Amino acid sequence: MTAATLAAPLTPARRPGLVAGLRHTVTLAWRSLVQIKHNPMELIDLSIQPVMFVLLFTYVFGTAIAGSPGDYLKFALPGIIVQNAFFATMTTGFGLNTDLTKGVFDRLQTLPIARWAPLAGRILADTVKQAWSVALLLGVGMILGFRVGNGAAGLLAAFALLLAFSLAASWISVLVGVLVSEPDKVQIFGFMVIFPLTFTSNAFVPTDKMPSWMQHWVEVNPATILADALRGLLVSGPVAGPVARSLIWAAVLLAVFAPLAVRALRRRV
Amino acid sequence: MTYAIRAEGLVRRFGATTALAGVDLAVPAGTVFGLLGPNGAGKTTAVRVLATLLAADEGHATVGGYDVRRDAHRVRQLIGLTGQYASVDENLTGTENLLLIGRLLGFSRADARARARQLLADFQLTDAAERAAKTYSGGMRRRLDLAASLVGRPKVLFLDEPTTGLDPRSRNELWDIVRGLVADGVTVLLTTQYLEEADQLAGEIAVVDHGRVIAQGTPEELKARTGGQVLAVRPTDPTDLPTVLAVAAEVTGATPEVAQTTVSVPVNDPGVLPAVVRRLDAAEVAVAELALRGASLDEVFLHLTGHRAEPDTAPADLEGVPA
Repeated sequence: MTAATLAAPLTPARRPGLVAGLRHTVTLAWRSLVQIKHNPMELIDLSIQPVMFVLLFTYVFGTAIAGSPGDYLKFALPGIIVQNAFFATMTTGFGLNTDLTKGVFDRLQTLPIARWAPLAGRILADTVKQAWSVALLLGVGMILGFRVGNGAAGLLAAFALLLAFSLAASWISVLVGVLVSEPDKVQIFGFMVIFPLTFTSNAFVPTDKMPSWMQHWVEVNPATILADALRGLLVSGPVAGPVARSLIWAAVLLAVFAPLAVRALRRRV
Repeated sequence: MTYAIRAEGLVRRFGATTALAGVDLAVPAGTVFGLLGPNGAGKTTAVRVLATLLAADEGHATVGGYDVRRDAHRVRQLIGLTGQYASVDENLTGTENLLLIGRLLGFSRADARARARQLLADFQLTDAAERAAKTYSGGMRRRLDLAASLVGRPKVLFLDEPTTGLDPRSRNELWDIVRGLVADGVTVLLTTQYLEEADQLAGEIAVVDHGRVIAQGTPEELKARTGGQVLAVRPTDPTDLPTVLAVAAEVTGATPEVAQTTVSVPVNDPGVLPAVVRRLDAAEVAVAELALRGASLDEVFLHLTGHRAEPDTAPADLEGVPA
């Protein structure tokens, strides 16, 4: 057998094309979504936890903070959606770290597929999961009396903004997923960062009810800005300012963390 | 001769550690080539470089005639890799794991499904095909992993310690599979720390230690390199062991070893055999087994490196180095 016949039957391409890369991405996204079937815990994370948050916050804090559960839901549901979105970005790092530590990532890297497809496939799948839990939160909110004030356009814009922001923020999760030694550490990071971040925003409690020294931080907290943008789009209130500032935050997160994450990933594999 | 894998002067460092210190390899197409060495010797690093997962700091390598750096994508169309840790997706079923690979390789849905079904049957996984891989036993997982690396019918297969942690039955099954692949013309690069495995499968073996190839040849050539043979004597009555030890030492002038109830001692002159027989007879020792055999690879390794190849005796200063 000669080197030439080793390469037979067809002369292999030098590198995969863009269309092939997109096809690989969709296949790998399918793989991440099919996993849910065999891992019911993930469905619980994606579904039961968000619903539980809505119910607990609305009926436990509602009257104390806003006078009635109904009024509080109008204020807090966008905040709960933001917190849920932040937590959902951790799925990306968790899944990536699992692939890295179990050797699945190595297997994918030895296949003749686009280099970026494993990561893109995972992010695509996580965007679908994200959309699912946002839809679920809105659905449950509506059953409890939440009303969308700006019609379908507001709803779609809110969805788009949230997904764009999550996509940018998921690079933090990718970076963590590459750097830590085991999947559980991604979750620990998530709890350590996301709980303080969202609780020191106006996601659940209006800014003016917080200590004055904390209010300075609350006002620039990306969770506050994103929650305000969602309130504007879904309920009422200013839209342009918070949406623009949300997009700036997303752009900054993307510009800082995407290169760091890609570099860390290149180093690790 | 045509080589499926060629490597020249591969060097790879991890910080202050040199995992590969200039490795040359030439693997003829259609053969099994064994990389034999203890943990931390550099075997896995070598495989990762050849399988396009890792860039070498120095040197270059080709697989199927393509450079593993410049033409990595082409190399990937020729190779399959089964790692030390089963790299299947535990949250997918056996079928889904193979479908995933097939679809990524550009198979149509129907072709990917047919290939998956065939491989699952070949590897006796049909009954478990629709179960998540996390419910599989170690042997089943390793078979699925191997099946996954064969979906694209690779010309060159890298098996990185394929039987580590497997029970003897699963190990034998895997060996049979590898022999079948080679019969079909696949070139296999096998890393192992088990001498028996290299002896069983490989036509040629490179012994690796501290990132270098310290010896290379067929198993027989390597065994011959210890310069001789081993005399093995097993007395019928174990209480005769001290007598046998004394006779063996006296006749050969070397230090015998005892494993269970067999005394073995290296001999350079086959003429000692009759002398040993006469002396044992005179001492009225009944012998259950008495044989001259070639040195085992374990003895070869000890001879070449000054330490044994078994994992539990790997030098402590190499712990933590990517193998």
